[in-house]
Parts: sequence; structure tokens; C-alpha cells
Amino acid sequence: MSAGADIRTSPETHPLTWRLRGREAVTELADYEALDGYAALRLALTELSPGDVTQRVKDSNLRGRGGAGFPAGIKWSLVPMGADAPRQKYLVCNADEMEPGTFKDRLLLERLPHQLLEGMILTGYAIQASRGYIFLRGEYVLATQRLEQALTQARQAGYLGETILGSGWSFDLFVHTGAGRYICGEETALINSLEGRRANPRAKPPFPQIAGLWGKPTVVNNCETLNCIPAIVRHGAEWFKGLSQGRSPDSGTKLYGASGRVQRPGVWELPIGTTARELLEEHAGGMREGLALKAWLPGGASTDFLLPSHLDLAMDYDTIMKAGSRMGTGLMMAVDDRQSMVSVVRNLETFFARESCGWCTPCRDGLPWTVKLLSALERGEGELGDLEILAQIARQLGPGKTFCAHAPGAIEPLQSALKYFREEFERGIAAPPAAAING
Amino acid sequence: MSTDNLSRPTASLIASDRRCGFVFTDAEREAIEHEIGHYEDSRAASIGALKIVQESRGWVPDAAIPAIGQLIGIPASDVEGVATFYSLIFRQPVGRHVIKVCDSIACFLTGYDELAAALRAELGVEFGQTTADGRFTLLPICCLGNCDKGPTLMIDDDLHGPVEPSGVRVLLEAYP
Repeated sequence: MSAGADIRTSPETHPLTWRLRGREAVTELADYEALDGYAALRLALTELSPGDVTQRVKDSNLRGRGGAGFPAGIKWSLVPMGADAPRQKYLVCNADEMEPGTFKDRLLLERLPHQLLEGMILTGYAIQASRGYIFLRGEYVLATQRLEQALTQARQAGYLGETILGSGWSFDLFVHTGAGRYICGEETALINSLEGRRANPRAKPPFPQIAGLWGKPTVVNNCETLNCIPAIVRHGAEWFKGLSQGRSPDSGTKLYGASGRVQRPGVWELPIGTTARELLEEHAGGMREGLALKAWLPGGASTDFLLPSHLDLAMDYDTIMKAGSRMGTGLMMAVDDRQSMVSVVRNLETFFARESCGWCTPCRDGLPWTVKLLSALERGEGELGDLEILAQIARQLGPGKTFCAHAPGAIEPLQSALKYFREEFERGIAAPPAAAING
Repeated sequence: MSTDNLSRPTASLIASDRRCGFVFTDAEREAIEHEIGHYEDSRAASIGALKIVQESRGWVPDAAIPAIGQLIGIPASDVEGVATFYSLIFRQPVGRHVIKVCDSIACFLTGYDELAAALRAELGVEFGQTTADGRFTLLPICCLGNCDKGPTLMIDDDLHGPVEPSGVRVLLEAYP
């Protein structure tokens, strides 16, 4: 198709990445506008009410792409609206991409900065936000430069600032770069970090939509989620629902990916509900020569392992949940048959132990304990009872035991590895001395 | 400055700050004040202010902590609390170049162990240490979102990957 053609009447299936066809990136405002950029914003500000935009996103059944899958339109609809609502309301883009194995938001941030801005301005309009922030991880240096440039251009063009496009609604956006720590990706920890505090999570309720940044109503959406908004507003909920092509009850496309020792690791926009087998075999080209798939993580370090026998499952929220894991960010990691599961899990838990913010005791103390036990098992110096202790810690760190999802996420790969590969862990237990055997 | 100072009232901290002689450069002060303007509450600029000082000095010296607190209008203890929480704020001097090596799972699966061993051998330091000539500091870092090019690392603001252990020496030569 030609660039900028009406994608409703053409076989367009890639609302997130179609502008990159034949181009490395679309960073200049004029280029983005020539590719139908900011058309959705013009449409919304001239023809749609904020409620219409929210309704369109609600009807589209867009689910949060950060991993939890919460419907975006429903999240927005919890924000107080109308004359009695607080004058200050905030929109925050979670671009603190740090989930191990996840490299999708980097693509959008570096190569399509205006698309994120358009999605954020539309979302800001829907919830009548006064200001927005892009919480960007500090290591994304190129993304920072490109977003700052895009913001300057958008302000000059009147897409940001006072009474945008003559609508009477004013809104501005800022980039806030982080200084490390995975926990900043947790919604309420992110808000604390944005306020200039240590990134400890907050108790919920109240939910951020009621009392978030500086105590004001705040919506936090993932970068990919916000990138979906312009096309939904422009082309409608029914069109967005059709993008999954019947592969899933979920709507739209998804940035999927594969990493590990596969032939062609990468990230691809595909209909939501594409099978893991298609990702691995067609798009990633299968495992590297001489290697076989042993296990896989569907979408990040904080998801349960699945087996090769699960490859034909649709990669959507409910299907992967039923199989005992989570789709998470949707970027699968392939563990090959040369890897020791004990070592793999030790690496994962070392990450989670280091990145625990230390606020809740089970997480702060439990995770280093798993690392200690796993390291001993890795050296073949484990003791009888270690696997039972690991299983017990996993139970103690489950949902509801701590403020946020860090600890429950951390034990997902541990509990599933113990379930599927118990004998590998058992092999790490040192043989008892002969005297002990003889009593 | 001793840690005792952190619990004293701000006035004495300012005094100790003067004794330590910490003075923002004009560029630092201007950048921090610009940052403050982005937020409803100046506290939100604390991380940004630490990054601004670090950007110009390489690290955040003790005396900068109360000075930042005074400029932003929050206690020095809160600034120190933030400075010590975030892994990319350096509270001790680092080398001219900081190497951040991704040790998360995607890089672990694609050769992190071999890369880390090559770096330690080449530099003669462990993670968290700086070479004797002050040229490099070696640090671990969370997934860099470059998982299709693992094993991966950053040197200063530059992203590299995949990095072969045999290519480490040549790679480092670009950072004198």
C-alpha cells in the first residue's frame, strides 16, 4: 500500500508499525503528519467528546500491554470527570522498560516518538488531564533525545500547550528519565519515583485513578498501550477488534518477540493470539543449529515457565493464564536444552533479589534466601529439604503477602521450574556421607 | 562530611556545605531550576538534580547532597535516601568510562558468563570496582532491552551487542 492510504479500506494489519515500512524511523513531525500522523487527534478534538474517546477505547477491548492486561478504557473510566473533578489530573506513560527479555517499547520510543505523543494527547483529552509525564528509563538515551525533539516540534505545531487546536483544552507533556531500579515499573512505585521519592510501592486502594501523582487522579498506561490509541480513535473499535483475525477474543495486534539462542531473535507486530510456535518457528526461525527447545518464558522474567508441548497455545492473556502462566509482555524467551534449569532460575532470582525495593520483609529476605539455596544446588552442594524450603518460600511470597507484584512475579519462574524440572534440582543435592547412609 | 550531619537541621547542613565548599556551577543550577519547573512539587526534581550533578562531575560528592536539598527545599536526608536507592546514582567516584553489563536472563542465555569473565580478565577488576588507572568502572545492570543482540552492554551512553568475549579488547580501545 502507499504510505498514508486509508487503512480501513486497505489490507492494513499493522497499526503500530506500518509507518516503519521501508523506513528506519519516523522522527520528524512533517514525516509523521505525511503518514496520517495527528489525524486521530484532529478528529477527536473537532468531532469527539472526551467521553466518546473513552467509549471508543472501552468498546475496542484494548487490554494493557505492560503485562497485566487490564482493559485500558475501564481504567480511564475510573477517573473523576465533570465540573466537580479535581482541576489537576495526570497521565503517565510507563516507558520504564526493564522486564528481562522485553525490548518492544524501545522500538516504539526510538523509532515512532510522535505516535506515542499522539496516543498520550488523545488519552489526556479523554481523561481531561492537565499534564502528562513519560517515565523513561535513563539508559534509553536515544529515546530520550528523540522524544525531547518530538515534544519541541509538537509544542511548536500547537499539538501541546494552551487550548490545543482551538479546543479550549490545555495539556503539556514532559519526559522524566529514571535512575535505575526495576521496581519503578510498578505503577505506584513509579508514582513515588516521579514525585522524587524512593520507589517503594503504595498500598491500594486508593487506586491511582482516584489518588495518584501528588494525590491527584492519575492514569498510568504502558507505552505500547498508548501507541494503540491513535488508530483506535481514527478507525474505530470494530476495526481494532477485527485485527486479531479470530485468533483470540482479545483485540488488536501485539508486539511479540523472541530471544534466547534462536536463529533470528527479534520483535514483530502480529495479530494478538498468534501461537508461540509461529513466533518461534516462523518469525524467529527456530532454535540455533544443534539446539532444542527445553522450556520458555511467555513474556518476561516474572512469568511461569511453559514447555515445548505448550507451543501451540494462542499468545493471549486468558489462554496463557489457563496454561498456568501469564502472557506478560509477550516477548518469549527460549531456554535451550544445553541450559541447566537450576542455573537459569538462579539467574532469575538473583535479579529479583537485587531489584526488591526492600519495603516488605518476605520479599526483601525471602528472595536472597532462594538465591542462596539455588546457588548451593547449582554447585551440587544442596541439602536434603532444600526443595521443600524453596517451595515453602514460593508459597510465602505469593499474591497478597506483600504490597506489590514483585514477589509474586519473582516466584513464578521458580515454582514452575520446580514443577516441570524437579529432577534437575534434586541432582543438586549433595550425596549424604556414607556414615549417614549406614545410620 | 560525616553521616551524623544528615540528621541535623538544615541550617547546620548548609553551614557544613559552605565548609565543604560545594558550589553549583551556573549550568548545574540552571539545569536543576529548569527541571524543577516541570513539576507541581520541587521534590520531584531530586533525582534529576542528582543526575545533573553526576553528569558534570562523574559522581555525586557528599557535599552536593545538602546543597541539592537546599536548592530543592527538602531535607538532605531525603536527598541521600533517594541517592542511595537508585542504582545509577553514584555516591563514590567512578572511572572515566562506566561499563554496564546486562546480567538478566536473555543475555545469560546468550553468553553473559563468558562475556563477564572476559571483561574481568581484561580489566583486572570485579563488578563494582574501578580499574587502578581510573579508566573504567565495571557494573552490572538490569535487562537493557536489547535482548535480540545479547550478550549486551553499555559503555557510557553507547549500547553494544552482541559482544563476543574475543572482541572485548578492541571494543574497550575506543574508550581511552
